[in-house]
Amino acid sequence: MLALLVFAFLLDVALGSIHIPFKAVLGILISPDTADTTWLYIIQQIRLPKALTAVVVGCGLSVSGLQMQTLFRNPLAGPSVLGITAGASLGVALVMLSAGTITSLYSIKELGISGSWLIILASSIGAAMVMLLVVTISSSLKDNVIVLIVGVMIGNITFSIISIWQYFSAPELIKDYLIWTFGSLGGVTGDQLLILTIVVIIGTAISFVSSKLLDALLLGDNYARSMGVTVKRARLLIIGSTSILAGGITAFCGPIGFIGIAVPHLTRALFNTSNHRILIPGCCLVGTLLMLVCDIVAQLPGSQTVLPINVITALVGSPVVIWIIVGRNKLKGF
Amino acid sequence: MEQLKTTAEAERKLLLQTTGLSIGYKQGRNNLKEVATGLNLEMFAGEVICLLGPNGCGKSTLLRTIAGLQETVLGTVEIEGTELGQLKPALLAKKISMVLTDNVRSGDLDVYSLIALGRYPHSGWLGRLTTEDKSVIDQAILSTATGEFVDRKLATLSDGESQKVMLARAIAQDTPIIILDEPTAHLDLPSRIQLMRLLHRLAKDTKKAILISTHELDLALQVADQIWLMQAGGHMATGLPEELVLNGSFAEAFNKDGIMFDPATGSFNMHASGVKSITVNGDGTAAFWTRKALLRKGFHISGAQKESLAVTVLENAGQPRWTLEKDRKITTYHTLRDFLKNVNLIEPT
Repeated sequence: MLALLVFAFLLDVALGSIHIPFKAVLGILISPDTADTTWLYIIQQIRLPKALTAVVVGCGLSVSGLQMQTLFRNPLAGPSVLGITAGASLGVALVMLSAGTITSLYSIKELGISGSWLIILASSIGAAMVMLLVVTISSSLKDNVIVLIVGVMIGNITFSIISIWQYFSAPELIKDYLIWTFGSLGGVTGDQLLILTIVVIIGTAISFVSSKLLDALLLGDNYARSMGVTVKRARLLIIGSTSILAGGITAFCGPIGFIGIAVPHLTRALFNTSNHRILIPGCCLVGTLLMLVCDIVAQLPGSQTVLPINVITALVGSPVVIWIIVGRNKLKGF
Repeated sequence: MEQLKTTAEAERKLLLQTTGLSIGYKQGRNNLKEVATGLNLEMFAGEVICLLGPNGCGKSTLLRTIAGLQETVLGTVEIEGTELGQLKPALLAKKISMVLTDNVRSGDLDVYSLIALGRYPHSGWLGRLTTEDKSVIDQAILSTATGEFVDRKLATLSDGESQKVMLARAIAQDTPIIILDEPTAHLDLPSRIQLMRLLHRLAKDTKKAILISTHELDLALQVADQIWLMQAGGHMATGLPEELVLNGSFAEAFNKDGIMFDPATGSFNMHASGVKSITVNGDGTAAFWTRKALLRKGFHISGAQKESLAVTVLENAGQPRWTLEKDRKITTYHTLRDFLKNVNLIEPT
């Protein structure tokens, strides 16, 4: 599996709209000095960051999805159920659709849509606000299912606000916003990649530390309580790390669907366990692999076109999940 | 004699005690519904306690309150001398383990992992199992006879098997007190008896205090060292099972709408008392089942000999024979079916 992962990573770096031979790619990765400068630039500045982003995003979304499915004991839960993605979208919509404050438009045009710090800041704040709201409400609730419903409702409210905003906005602005919602791995470079990586490492680390809690929560709130788990505190920890992961990734790459829901199921099927100490690293592996494959497909090998990543994740991933789950004829874990 | 009594008392180690305990639950924001008040209960090491009572009288509320899953309304619960509120959740989990009615839907969990989760309060921050943890788990598996399906997934277990597994998990938690909420609810009769016998033996062997809420009156009468009999409205009677039968508490708690608790048999009589009276003589198995059949047919079984109707059941070389005596007229039947058909034709006098 690791070998497969390394191969997918290399393939992802090697493929793109400009043809670079596989050998040359390896050469650049091993000893950068000897290579053609154009190729060196493309690999180092564009393709390598993009592949690394795919790795980080794959890890983060999968782990946060796993946590949500365990916490809510619901196979359809994913990173977006708590409305965090919606919050990020609201932040972005706020900036993009607020009809031409000149600075925002300028910075978007100048830096490219997903590469803009302004957009990142806006969506981070949006995600954080919604997360704060969900955490505040949920801290007074006893039942995790109610927390889930509250999260979904807040997400709906947020999307409604965005829709109203879109309704009153100029078509060009809406187009820009729509492009953001397609998601992109390509805009994250340099410092941004570093920050995103740190955010995802922190989120995943918190998640791994709470793997014992997650195991206990598999039996439901009451059993968890009888084993000494303070359910409210555990919930806060889990929602917190999910928010960091999902919020951070959405801020940098736009909303990327599907991975968070699908990868935990694939991982459970492949590793045949419910132990989170194994499932969390497992999700990182499977999530990374799936994300790299999606990115390779998105570039449509041999062509000049690049499809939006958010479209590909569902298009490539769904059949895989259907194949595996129908093949086993039951949804393991639930 | 006095000396003997005090040593016996000292051996009865008090594990849990409630004083003036009121229990209840919140309905809405500020509406507290009390289900029982002034409960003074005691649990001793090595004893099985059965909590009986009709549906909705607050059995689960009581269990959850004692286990610290729910707040007390008034009064105190003390566990080994420490008040419940003073115990941190992690420490409480080392005192009380539970088997709940909650459905554990996580089908991907295998039996061993589930039982191993019982070590949660004892294991380190990542939940790694030490050799000591493993030996406790093995012991729990051994004592519940779940060894043959430790590798199976939870989703593939029958109700009886999964209840045993949940019990094994509670045992692995290694607590002096185990509380089970209606553990026999979905089990067939052999599994119920098996489980109750297992709990009884566990209490004796490991000196744990085991509290079971159940509707199995007859099984409770057989295994319980103490019975807590709860009634709708929160009245609680406690004592030895036999005491509660003899002082009429059972009859009081369960008699309703013509269903009678019969202290003579320790079971419920579901048939309305008949208008026809009959005396049944004989005390073998055949006589026992003849009584049952007559009750079903609407007869009143009278102990007195003065009835005009009487049957004598005699077993001869394993062949029962029914001799019916009516107004000094004697008829003998060779099958129960024959006897019942004829006795049923007799008009009430």
